[in-house]
Amino acid sequence: MSFQSAGYQLLPVLPELVLAAGAMVLLMIGAFQGVRVTGLVTALAVVLLVIVGVLELTLPAGKLVTFNGSFIVDDFARFLKILALIGSGATLILSAEFLADPSRRIFEYSILVLLSTLGMMVLISAGDLITLYLGLELMSLALYVVAASNRDDVKSTEAGLKYFVLGALSSGMLLYGASLIYGFTGTVSFAGIAAAAKTGSIGIVFGIVFLLAGLCFKVSAVPFHMWTPDVYEGAPTPVTAFFASAPKVAALAVFTRVTLTAFPGIIPEWQQIVVFVAIASMALGSFAAIGQKNIKRLMAYSSIGHMGFALVGLASGTAEGAQGVLVYIAIYVAMTLGAFTVILAMKREGRHVENISDFAGLSRTNPLLAFFFAMLLFSLAGVPPLAGFFGKFYVFVAAIQAHLFTLAVIGVITSVIGAYYYLSIVKVMYFDEQLTRLDPVRVELRAVLAVAGLFNLFFFIYPGPLVSVASAAAKSLF
Amino acid sequence: MTTWPILSVVTFLPTVGALLVYLVRGDDKAAQRNVRWIALWTTLVTFAVSLLLVARFDPTQADFQFVEKAPWLANAITYHMGVDGISLPFVILTTALMPFCIVASWKSVKLRVGEYMMAFLILETLMVGTFSSLDLVLFYLFFEGGLIPMFLIIGIWGGPRRVYASFKFFLYTFLGSVLMLLAIMALYWNAGTTDIPTLMHAAVPRSLQIWAWLAFFASFAVKMPMWPVHTWLPDAHVEAPTAGSVILAAILLKMGGYGFLRFSLPMFPLASQYFAPLVFSLSVIAIIYTSLVALMQEDMKKLIAYSSVAHMGFVTMGIFAGTTQGVAGGVFQMISHGIVSGALFLCVGIVYDRMHTREIAAYGGLVNRMPLYALVFMVFTMANVGLPGTSGFVGEFMTLLGTFKVSLPTTVFATTGVILSAAYALWLYRKVVFGALVKPSLATIKDLTFRESLTLVPLVALTILFGVYPKPILDMSATSVQQLVNNYNTAVTAVKAAALTQ
Repeated sequence: MSFQSAGYQLLPVLPELVLAAGAMVLLMIGAFQGVRVTGLVTALAVVLLVIVGVLELTLPAGKLVTFNGSFIVDDFARFLKILALIGSGATLILSAEFLADPSRRIFEYSILVLLSTLGMMVLISAGDLITLYLGLELMSLALYVVAASNRDDVKSTEAGLKYFVLGALSSGMLLYGASLIYGFTGTVSFAGIAAAAKTGSIGIVFGIVFLLAGLCFKVSAVPFHMWTPDVYEGAPTPVTAFFASAPKVAALAVFTRVTLTAFPGIIPEWQQIVVFVAIASMALGSFAAIGQKNIKRLMAYSSIGHMGFALVGLASGTAEGAQGVLVYIAIYVAMTLGAFTVILAMKREGRHVENISDFAGLSRTNPLLAFFFAMLLFSLAGVPPLAGFFGKFYVFVAAIQAHLFTLAVIGVITSVIGAYYYLSIVKVMYFDEQLTRLDPVRVELRAVLAVAGLFNLFFFIYPGPLVSVASAAAKSLF
Repeated sequence: MTTWPILSVVTFLPTVGALLVYLVRGDDKAAQRNVRWIALWTTLVTFAVSLLLVARFDPTQADFQFVEKAPWLANAITYHMGVDGISLPFVILTTALMPFCIVASWKSVKLRVGEYMMAFLILETLMVGTFSSLDLVLFYLFFEGGLIPMFLIIGIWGGPRRVYASFKFFLYTFLGSVLMLLAIMALYWNAGTTDIPTLMHAAVPRSLQIWAWLAFFASFAVKMPMWPVHTWLPDAHVEAPTAGSVILAAILLKMGGYGFLRFSLPMFPLASQYFAPLVFSLSVIAIIYTSLVALMQEDMKKLIAYSSVAHMGFVTMGIFAGTTQGVAGGVFQMISHGIVSGALFLCVGIVYDRMHTREIAAYGGLVNRMPLYALVFMVFTMANVGLPGTSGFVGEFMTLLGTFKVSLPTTVFATTGVILSAAYALWLYRKVVFGALVKPSLATIKDLTFRESLTLVPLVALTILFGVYPKPILDMSATSVQQLVNNYNTAVTAVKAAALTQ
């Protein structure tokens, strides 16, 4: 194939190129046509994401490498890119109402989401530290702006600013770690680092610590989680849904790829960090969520906890562990998108309500919505036979295989503590006295909720495909 | 022998019924009636189909029958169903009691009838699935899935402290079972499969046996419940609606005992033997302590709940004795207790529907106005006491007999429980039924209606039938129990012999 430039194969980056070019075209449309095409731009952005997804799937099978190994398309990347695209696409669909408001008709919103998605795709495919940083920054810079997209709202602006300042700090740490690793190994490519870092010299370990600190910030793992509750609460709800889904996929992807492909020789060195972070995240996620009154804050702590569970899989440092992470994140995206759809549907007399007490008696006024939300909450708690159980099952299976018994026991105990606050919401919906009926739920919300909810409910009937795809994807890392 | 998957049909028929209930629109009188009838017919048909299992069951075979196997999760974890002589009685108990639960809720549940019936029907699927799954992960799925409907049943249709009780029920059981989940995973990595029949013959290293036994114990001891992790039970029982209490006492508690029989004893024989003294001690404490606690209760349901804990003490004692009589007695005691305690909760439900109180002090002299009720209640009280001629006697006697061979002190202490159970059960009966009818509120209380008699008379018949002729249940389980005990003894003696030769 002659599809190349300056001697580099461009085919592996074709989806990214299409996405970048498409985003530019949409930006031009927006710039020349003004705010009245906001809806059109959003719709086209969703179409673009679908096209990119199809392109990604039609790339030649196997491992494609380009730019001297700094960009890798393997089964692992394909799996997570599709997941990130689903997350971004669903978020754009969920944002329709937010963007329809006359005071907020900002077409740039969709473009920023697209650019952020582009960053995620680069991040997922990163084969060296430079590409990693490029992808991470492209993703994050777009996210900072999106967080503040509700320009006239103090909370939203504060969320954007807070996210930016803390994000910049974490980027700095990540860069510092990267420079240390480069200094001690003499290369930035993951394969090169793996070859050089056979033993954990103090410099490399320091580098790993700073690198992982930066990545922990992106996945909002303890102790770098402080931004999460404020940003989740302050940002507009569709943006929060976005934060909770696609960027988490990308960040977890690069976390997995860096640790497993760049440092496979010194697993014990980074394993202890991941174990600590996982335990701290699971514990904080379960305990801190108990006292929350605001559902978005609660979801923030919930997502911190879930990242902890996903990292349990990574801590094992095996192919089974990577598979666990992939299954977990796929199911997590479905659960989170579903849950945020319900939160978006919580609207009374034209106003969005966000307090947990506003869910009172939802099972009487909106039985189907309450049923789906209850299912999603049980799923988030990890109660079988719902999908969330299988996510936890695969990460803990990997942890047990790696003999991380303490981690596994602490993990399941925190999942029981976490179950308490999910149950509290079910209690409010099912056991408490009812309030007035919600406003009619918009059709696009119904569609997203139906897909996410039914996936969670019926995953157990036919879990084979996702599990085997995740297994193949995980093996491509080894 | 069979061309269609009877076991799966029995398992999933109630779910189909639940879907039908969901399709009924509206919440008016007619819709509620339709919902009730759909639920009743579903449970009756399920029961009828489950009787086919009995008819085609070959009690001379110790292996699993009606086996179904299909690929499910990855390669090692399959959809594997089947029953043997130990699980079949529990399947039948479940399907047989469900129609009673539906009828018992006929009048007393007026709120959200459709959701109530759906919760019960889905619960039936999960319970039958628990008893008939032959894969650990599948078992866990059914076992834990049951928490969701039961949580909702207690929380939505329960009494004043229902929120507290439902949370306690859920979190207690959930905590116990997640530890079991980890043990399941450890077994998976040890043997490369979660297939129960394969695992029963896989040699598990002793150290893993000990840990896995403890993890499974955490789950089943809570479910059973054994002292000291029984405290969720009185709360759950008191707050649950009548049918919820019946299911809880009659079937959900049996999952713990079934788990011991299905997993602890066959898969971890060495650990079971090692921990048997612990189980004996806890059982004896449960029998004596909870019987004494039962004596102090002022709430009828709470009294029966504590008596359940005591009776389950006999079951755990018999099972871990590891003798034929002990294990068979444990199975029988569980079935018998399923019938008797279920019936006792129905009896309490009947007076509760009339008076809306469960205070023992609020009653007295019911025999004057409710002679039929007094008679029925007496039969179940006697069965609860363990009077010869009722099914309660057979189970207690056999478990004591089985334990006698293994541990004399345990048997001696446990036997005092028989006396104590007579004390609290007869005390309850005297307070509620005998004496003069002096309370003005009781002056107009009515005897059993036709619908109520319909639910209680078959249970009376079964209680007495199994009391004088326990053969059907014992025969059904005999071969499987014998094989279980033989394997257990072989494993234990093999280790002893190995230790001696070294």
